[in-house]
Amino acid sequence: MGKKGILVDMHYCTGCHACEIACKQENGFGVGNWGIRINEIITEKPNSDRVHFDYLPYFTLQCNLCAERIASGEDTKPSCVKHCGTACMQYGEIEDLAKEMAAKPRAILYSPL
Amino acid sequence: MRMEYDRIVNTTTWSAGPGCHGGCGAKLYVKDGRVVKVEGDENHPWNFGRGCSRLLAMTQYMYHPERILWPLKRVGPRGDGNFARISWDEAYDLIEENFNKIKENYGAKAVIFIQGTGRDIGGPMSLVAYNYGSPNWSQLGLGGQACYGPRLGAMSCIQGDTSVADCSQFFEKRFDDPRYRLPNYIVVWGQDPTRGCPDGFYGNWIIDCMKRGSKLIVVDPRQNFLTSRAEHHLQLRPGTDGALALGMLGAIIENGWYNKEFVEKWCLGFEELAERAREYPLDRVASITWVPKEQILAAAKAYALASPGSAIQWGLPIDQAPDGVIVAQAINDLWAITGNIDVPGGNVIARNAYHVSAYPFDNYQLADMYGDDFVEQVVQKRIGSDEYGWLRKWRCYIQPDVAVRQMLTQNPYPIKATWIQTANPVANAADMRLHYEALRAMDFNVVIDLFHNPTTMSVADVILPAATFAERTGFRAWFQPVQIISPAVNVGECRNDWEIAMDMAQRFNPELKKRYPNGIKDYMDWRLEPTGMTYADLQARGGWKWGDEEGSAWVPYKRYERGVLRADGKPGFRTPSGKVELKSSQNAEWGATGVTRVDPLPYYQEPFESEMSTPDLFKKYPLIMVTGRRSAVFFHSEHRNIPWLRECDPHPDVEIHPSVARDLKLENGEWVWIENERGRIRRKVKINAGIHPKTVSVLHGWWLPETEGRAPNLFSAWDVNCNVLVPTGAQSRTGYGGNAYKTTLVRLVKMHDGSPAAPPVSVWGRG
Repeated sequence: MGKKGILVDMHYCTGCHACEIACKQENGFGVGNWGIRINEIITEKPNSDRVHFDYLPYFTLQCNLCAERIASGEDTKPSCVKHCGTACMQYGEIEDLAKEMAAKPRAILYSPL
Repeated sequence: MRMEYDRIVNTTTWSAGPGCHGGCGAKLYVKDGRVVKVEGDENHPWNFGRGCSRLLAMTQYMYHPERILWPLKRVGPRGDGNFARISWDEAYDLIEENFNKIKENYGAKAVIFIQGTGRDIGGPMSLVAYNYGSPNWSQLGLGGQACYGPRLGAMSCIQGDTSVADCSQFFEKRFDDPRYRLPNYIVVWGQDPTRGCPDGFYGNWIIDCMKRGSKLIVVDPRQNFLTSRAEHHLQLRPGTDGALALGMLGAIIENGWYNKEFVEKWCLGFEELAERAREYPLDRVASITWVPKEQILAAAKAYALASPGSAIQWGLPIDQAPDGVIVAQAINDLWAITGNIDVPGGNVIARNAYHVSAYPFDNYQLADMYGDDFVEQVVQKRIGSDEYGWLRKWRCYIQPDVAVRQMLTQNPYPIKATWIQTANPVANAADMRLHYEALRAMDFNVVIDLFHNPTTMSVADVILPAATFAERTGFRAWFQPVQIISPAVNVGECRNDWEIAMDMAQRFNPELKKRYPNGIKDYMDWRLEPTGMTYADLQARGGWKWGDEEGSAWVPYKRYERGVLRADGKPGFRTPSGKVELKSSQNAEWGATGVTRVDPLPYYQEPFESEMSTPDLFKKYPLIMVTGRRSAVFFHSEHRNIPWLRECDPHPDVEIHPSVARDLKLENGEWVWIENERGRIRRKVKINAGIHPKTVSVLHGWWLPETEGRAPNLFSAWDVNCNVLVPTGAQSRTGYGGNAYKTTLVRLVKMHDGSPAAPPVSVWGRG
């Protein structure tokens, strides 16, 4: 079995916070502790009034891709991926995800050790 | 982490808990009578397994250490926060005794029944109100009754039915249904569906469509995620939506981009509409709205030429624009003349499956339930119906701006008590101070809620603890599907809103025991009758049923050709003429039954306060405060006390453009005064280049549950809640729509040395 990871399509993350709370519930994390954290990035384009909004989930050291959730057979994907409001996250083997990534204009691939 | 559980309960979200208009399939994991985990239901075609932050934080909500778990009676003065535990019977006795005393002395109409937003509360509450004998069912504090009602009423007048952007929600197979086609464009007008699910519409459906290829046109004073990804963004001045719609109508008509076949065959009043639209040339519209005319033209062209098959998804700011009904009419006319009514990917007619509704939604349904004579009685006595014909013809609520003044003046008849059911008017009403005073003037207030809040603390005499959706029986019938709410557990002595209502309604009207001997079970089965199934049947088949009978009135498309919309079975729309009435005889008639007169054609009305309508005020208060931006982790005034959620959005902030920050020497994160002639509040500065430099944006509903709850502090509501600054009495001429929630003039004032310290904001439960 190959190494697993999560692919995030940056174009569709709206910053809805569902992944953060899904993770906290799954792992019993209290206030101040996160497995995934959303960042808001606002870009002011030069010579334009149009402003660009991006949201990007950051996976912390606490993230083990919901190893127990998946090993127990309870689900086939991590809780953040399941509850992602826009389904902009995909879980799988990084080789497969990398192929998917090639077809997306803006994406990031995360994989823990 | 592996979570041990005994069983999983599949159910439907609605009301307390996530707080929203609901519809999501949810799975509740139960261990030893306690919900230990909540997940979205991956088999449910509404949300495809997704759960929002508020659903996923349910365990913190249900088992919050400060949840009210049993009935309470106030001891000591109002505001002192001293309550004593009582039994349910004692609480019911107390309410019955007080309400009956008021009925004897002043008549039943002296009690006002107050709900908040469109949740599973209106039904139960109206059951109590009408069986007690009061006509006064209300959303007190909602200036201009400006929440969906104006849009729904306008659509009912113009096209005889309401409609909604077609995101395949009327089909169980959703996007895979062969009858469905994706909208070419979705015009998102005055809404941020990435931050919530308004009006029975799951917000992420917009993203689902974008991912499949729908393009966006966004109308919003603020830049955000959606505007960043839109082909067209019209950044309009708040409250000028009516002018923009008329400008777009004019451009589409003048350039011949409308659907001639549909207009000729199915519309009435096109020439009059065209003539009216000519009064709004794009130069004029551009100067009213701030939107350059080239942008308006380009967006109108893109939308019209990609029609039929493009949708408009609109939001609350339409209702809250001046003369909201008329603005809604103009936008409805836009999708009508482009042939987008009830076509795939357009604005699909939104009939509930099997025509089931959870409770009487308008006067017509009320008549079905209680009889014409009863409705006539109610309508005559309803607060505001003398002034506003719409109050007699349309939805069942009283006019809230008139009502709050009647509570204070006791004219034209006395108001002595309220029943406030899972609403929090002291922290959510426009002009909070006025509502606070009005509620304090009452002899007796019953509050049904889950937590203490500014309303329970300041005005409650009896408090009844309500259940979350996870603890209750119920059903939801809002568009599609018909679905049931199944209880998983009990928490404390908390009770279902429906059960509380049925208990009290049966006390006031013992006859009701004959009609519903098994209480809400009988009531639900009676409402569900048209489906041919009982509550138990629906539960047995998994909890929901899409109405999918080919040829029925609740299955799209082009129902006006099929003769299923009208009572007489003829093709056409359910309007007096059978056509889409661009010039609306019904709107004019509804208005004309009151002292007001309503123009049958759309027009533009300047906001209550603005540079144009109140220039002197504008000199003093030069920024337009737009309230009501949504946070994904809060629902209106709820969830500030839920640690996981509050942590995501900890501060009551004010979003300002960098140029405003520069001019006022404000830095990111510093606390600032926001003030006008009605008062001042404090907010934390968030610099955001997406905010228009002439506006500031604030979230409504703020109070700080981590601070002192007793009067006068009331959880800092006076300190941070923007409704201190928002007026009442700015309703439109139909009584429906308007107010200044989006257009209140303010100024920001930097705090200098000696100013009080910032409020002690902290995430609840931390240290």
